[in-house]
Amino acid sequence: MSTEARKPSPQIALKVRRVLGGKAGWNGIAVQFAFAAILGWIGYEIVSNARANLENQHIAAGFGFLRNNAGFDVNQTLISYTGSDTFLRVFVVGLLNTLVVSVVGIVFATVIGFIVALCRLSPNWLLSRVGEIYVEIIRNLPLLFQILFWYLAVLAALPNPRQSISLLGIAFLSNRGLVVPSPIGQSGLEPFLAMLALGFVAALALRIHARRALFQEGRMIRIWPYVLGLLFGLPLATILVFGLPFTFELPQLKGFNFAGGSRIIPEFVALTLALSTYTAAFIAEIVRAGILSVHKGQMEAGSSLGLSRGTTLRLIVVPQAMRVIVPPLTNQYLNLTKNSSLAVAIGYPDLVSVFAGTSLSQTGQAIEIIAMTMGVYLLISLVTSAIMSVYGWRVSRSLDA
Amino acid sequence: MKRVTLALTLALAAGLSAQAADAQTLKTVKDRGMLSCGVSQGLPGFSSPDDKGNWTGLDVDVCRAIAGAIFNDPTKVKYVPLSAKDRFTALQSGEIDVLSRNTTWTISRDTSLGANFTGVTYYDGQGFMVKKSLKVNSALELNSASVCVQTGTTTEQNLADYFKANNMKYEVIAFGTNDETVKAYEAGRCDVFTTDQSGLYANRLKLANPNDHMVLPEIISKEPLGPMVRHGDDQWFDIVKWTLFAMITAEELGVTSKNVDEKAKLESPELKRVLGSDGNFGEQLGLTKDWVVRIVKAVGNYGEVFDRNVGAGSPLAINRGLNNLWNKGGLQYAPPIR
Repeated sequence: MSTEARKPSPQIALKVRRVLGGKAGWNGIAVQFAFAAILGWIGYEIVSNARANLENQHIAAGFGFLRNNAGFDVNQTLISYTGSDTFLRVFVVGLLNTLVVSVVGIVFATVIGFIVALCRLSPNWLLSRVGEIYVEIIRNLPLLFQILFWYLAVLAALPNPRQSISLLGIAFLSNRGLVVPSPIGQSGLEPFLAMLALGFVAALALRIHARRALFQEGRMIRIWPYVLGLLFGLPLATILVFGLPFTFELPQLKGFNFAGGSRIIPEFVALTLALSTYTAAFIAEIVRAGILSVHKGQMEAGSSLGLSRGTTLRLIVVPQAMRVIVPPLTNQYLNLTKNSSLAVAIGYPDLVSVFAGTSLSQTGQAIEIIAMTMGVYLLISLVTSAIMSVYGWRVSRSLDA
Repeated sequence: MKRVTLALTLALAAGLSAQAADAQTLKTVKDRGMLSCGVSQGLPGFSSPDDKGNWTGLDVDVCRAIAGAIFNDPTKVKYVPLSAKDRFTALQSGEIDVLSRNTTWTISRDTSLGANFTGVTYYDGQGFMVKKSLKVNSALELNSASVCVQTGTTTEQNLADYFKANNMKYEVIAFGTNDETVKAYEAGRCDVFTTDQSGLYANRLKLANPNDHMVLPEIISKEPLGPMVRHGDDQWFDIVKWTLFAMITAEELGVTSKNVDEKAKLESPELKRVLGSDGNFGEQLGLTKDWVVRIVKAVGNYGEVFDRNVGAGSPLAINRGLNNLWNKGGLQYAPPIR
């Protein structure tokens, strides 16, 4: 080929210059590269220095330990785990425990936070004072103290397993936690689940149809009887045809403890309670600020149209407030996730407790384990932020449309 | 606690070079004028602060003896309380000069942590404590029990091994510190509290009604507890190792903190060697001729230290047992000073 390499057109060069160099132009780009190079060099020095010195001191290094046997047990595992599994599996077990407490905590914190915010904004004097007192007390006490309070208060109030509180003879509450019957799948399980999924999809389709009818043609369609029929009627019908989808294994007291059934450990309850009530106090203030940022004329316009207070809030005020609420709400979600690492104080086996705690001292490989743990928290936080950004973007888009 | 680990890890990653390049721990300690000693966060009999903030205990006396040998002043020690999971990182990062914190000697700790055990200050074994009201007389009756344990210890692994070997089920609840573990046991979260047997007796004293609780007879593991130092400084390793041997030798020869001055004047060749009027063993260690006299004056001989902290003269009242001298039916044995 005899064609010469084409020079980039001046426009592209300009663009590159503007993106990389900003106002400083080509000089700016040089500075950027120099800065990146220095950062890279510092990072390389730290890693190679640490490696060399670990070797000098005969401290084991590398990630080979992840394949070794852990040799200790964990009292809450979402996947099967025994002492003869590897440290890698301990890592996953701890990660899942952190995630489950974070997700459940976030859900409860959001619900409680919204309720408290609405209480504080309520024209009812008593309700608004209750909301105010809740926020002022909860957010001004240290979280660790609250976690210990819930843990020791809950534990102290509950009896030992032999005198456990029986709930209708099928669930038992004691200082070992709440034991509930665990479902065991039967032959009818598959059609039951299939019908449940089908009913759910159909209900969703109905809702989309109803919304379209409302927005485009102004017709109101009552869909809830059909939805009820789809969600409950269909699965019920399969039970009649195929038999029960599952039976329950009842917990029984054997020796010191209950055998059979599923158990929610008190550490999980205490941690979830403390994290969600604590974060809810901050969320309540964020939601209140968001709602107050919507002009009160909107509320008045709603009532002049004959909408009730609740409907006005739900349809007019909250959607506009969400634009203000979402970014600081994300911060609170991130805080909750990171605060869940206080679990070690009450023996909840989260990532920090079983991996950055037990595994670290069994293997002594502090640098690798702390780096992995930090990486995981960073990843969780970035994913949470990304999800919230997408949500925030959708909220603003629907309001601008 | 997480912050402590993080800070220590960063110190470890960044500051290792200084440690590796000059391993002159004795010189560092002398320049600083203080021995930095890692101890527990409060285990009566081994290392715990009293109401005035003075540290006492068997592990503390090891630190005091080393400071006595170097400075002729056992008070020149800075105590760094460490949780079980922070202790090795603190030693590796150079935060402490010696770790004297009821730490079990195992092969993995000796080989993979970049540190060495210098000897055994206390021969221990893991046991179980239960409430008397449970009417349990043996650890083999503990099937399906809930067990409270401190995280980051050999205890956790022994526990898993023991219940697996005996085909029993159990639930483990692991806490960050000793105090949290004891508090949860007392609040009824678990039926059993497990740790080294000496620790069980020590912690029983912390409970509201010590007599409602009993230690089961089974010992399920070997737990030789001893001090640790970093790899790469043989002189410092020797000093810490021989400080303990000096205390044991002093007991063998009947040298106590009260009679050490008279014994030093006696004409026995062995006493002259040990107490420094003959030979230059102390100087070869990098210390002074009268190093053993200094140690014994600082803390007494091994027997005195044992009695005062965990034995007959203490609230723990633990029998010498395995910790008696080799010629009295125990395991404590020191190589000769000659």
